Amino acid sequence: MALLEVKDLAVYYGVIKALDGVSFTVDEGEIVALIGANGAGKTTTLHTVTGLLPPKSGTVTYHGQDITNLPAHKIVTLGIAHVPEGRRIFQQLSVLENLKMGAYTRKDKKEIAESLEQVYAHFPRLKERKNQVAGTLSGGEQQMLAMGRAMMSRPKLIVMDEPSMGLSPLLVKEVFKIILDLHKTGATILLVEQNAQMALSIADRAYVLETGRIVSEGSGQELLQSDEIKKAYLGG
Amino acid sequence: MEILETLINGLSSGGTYAMIALGYTMVYGIAKMLNFAHGDIIMVGGYTIFVTMGLTGNPILGLLAAVLFCVVLGVVVERVAYKPLRGATPLAVLITAIGVSYLLQSVAQMIFKSSPKMVMIADLGNVEFLGLYIPMYVIVTLICSVIIMVVLSLFVRFTRTGRAMVAVSEDRGAAQLMGISVNRIITVTFAIGSALAAFAGFFMLMKSPSLTNTMGAMPGIKAFTAAVIGGIGSIPGAMVGGIVLGLIEACSYKITVIAPYTDAIEFLILILLLLVRPTGILGKKRREKV
Ligand SMILES: Nc1ncnc2c1ncn2[C@@H]1O[C@H](COP(=O)(O)OP(=O)(O)OP(=O)(O)O)[C@@H](O)[C@H]1O
Ligand SMILES: [Mg+2]
Repeated sequence: MALLEVKDLAVYYGVIKALDGVSFTVDEGEIVALIGANGAGKTTTLHTVTGLLPPKSGTVTYHGQDITNLPAHKIVTLGIAHVPEGRRIFQQLSVLENLKMGAYTRKDKKEIAESLEQVYAHFPRLKERKNQVAGTLSGGEQQMLAMGRAMMSRPKLIVMDEPSMGLSPLLVKEVFKIILDLHKTGATILLVEQNAQMALSIADRAYVLETGRIVSEGSGQELLQSDEIKKAYLGG
Repeated sequence: MEILETLINGLSSGGTYAMIALGYTMVYGIAKMLNFAHGDIIMVGGYTIFVTMGLTGNPILGLLAAVLFCVVLGVVVERVAYKPLRGATPLAVLITAIGVSYLLQSVAQMIFKSSPKMVMIADLGNVEFLGLYIPMYVIVTLICSVIIMVVLSLFVRFTRTGRAMVAVSEDRGAAQLMGISVNRIITVTFAIGSALAAFAGFFMLMKSPSLTNTMGAMPGIKAFTAAVIGGIGSIPGAMVGGIVLGLIEACSYKITVIAPYTDAIEFLILILLLLVRPTGILGKKRREKV
């Protein structure tokens, strides 16, 4: 049984159809990439999975449980964390407060402190700056914070929306290294990326989204070799 | 010495305005709506004090009853009138709020008729202070509002719910992704705002005992303006804005020629302040980092 199963999702913004029958699965322990051009519907897909958007039809099943109509704040408690597009960290709060916000649904203070140490181990930079107001962090640091914040809910499944957006090549590498680290510690990852090259090279499997539909799928390596994909998303 | 007296009076009525402004600004920041009916919650608090004191004669019981009743009313109004409009255009929500405002005023008039009620909370006398005689209610209002503001600030800064309020006001979607129930936070916000309005009603009746169904209207609009001056959505901003308004008012009362036009002068100065700083004293321009 897949950890996450998305079936026939149709999502509208008013009368505009953004997703048109999207189906895919993510198995436990996998890294699955979702790639596609601007406006293809990648963010819409993730928002629907984590409950920020209600679909018109279709289902989202997690661990065998239908979560299609569950509100976002309940879905987090089931073990899905979402690193949103554009980071969306809480700018007025400090780094530490942002991280604690990630553990909002958890009660055990001792366990939260342990998670905090784990996050600091992944991101020493965040520890150095724990009392800094998050709005004053650099773009790269904000991305680290958004990922650290997601880890604080101790998720089984992390969905990430363009974590490499706007970062220098060096930082992009760093972000992908962290994604692999998280994966090694047992997290399952659903990754949306513009940077198809990098995403496909770390993904077990990938789906290609085009104007609201899945148009191809395969292992990361297969898609990297595919001529069509090369032309459309890998710059030749 | 007269300056000191004016200052104390200004800070005291500024404290009352701050109580009201906080309700506007918190609801605006978190529910993203202008709760036009907020001033009328003060009036409902006033009548609750009137009824409770009629039954028991005890002003503290009156205040407690007003806080309780206003909290329930504020939360019910939000659930019944505003919650169904989550996601509707701001104009639809504003018109609904105006409707709620007139509804509350009309119901109060039906129950209590239109002649003013006298609510003598307590004659606390004066305190002598550096040769000045300052009415005790001024001091009580000042001290209470300072305590309330400190407690509220600590609550927002250091409690789980308080920080969730900050998170929701900054980014509702991201807050939901943390596991925060936005509906619950909005309920808490309306409850706090309404409780503060009840306190404001109590302070206002201590100052002037005449109670009518429109007692909340003018202070409501003034405090809303104060919240805008302070930077709408900002809690410290509402405090500063309220106090600035109180000080302007106290100064204006002191100058005989302009005293009768105090309301107009207050709005004039507030408008001028806004021309200088359109985002308000502590308002921030939204910074976006990509
Ligand atoms: N709030 C909205 N209201 C109306 N239309 C929207 C809204 N959000 C997205 N859309 C539309 O839905 C479609 C899918 O958008 P989505 O943000 O999911 O794309 P995306 O694949 O994430 O693109 P990008 O790579 O640029 O982030 C686009 O055509 C977009 O214009
Ligand atoms: Mg997107």
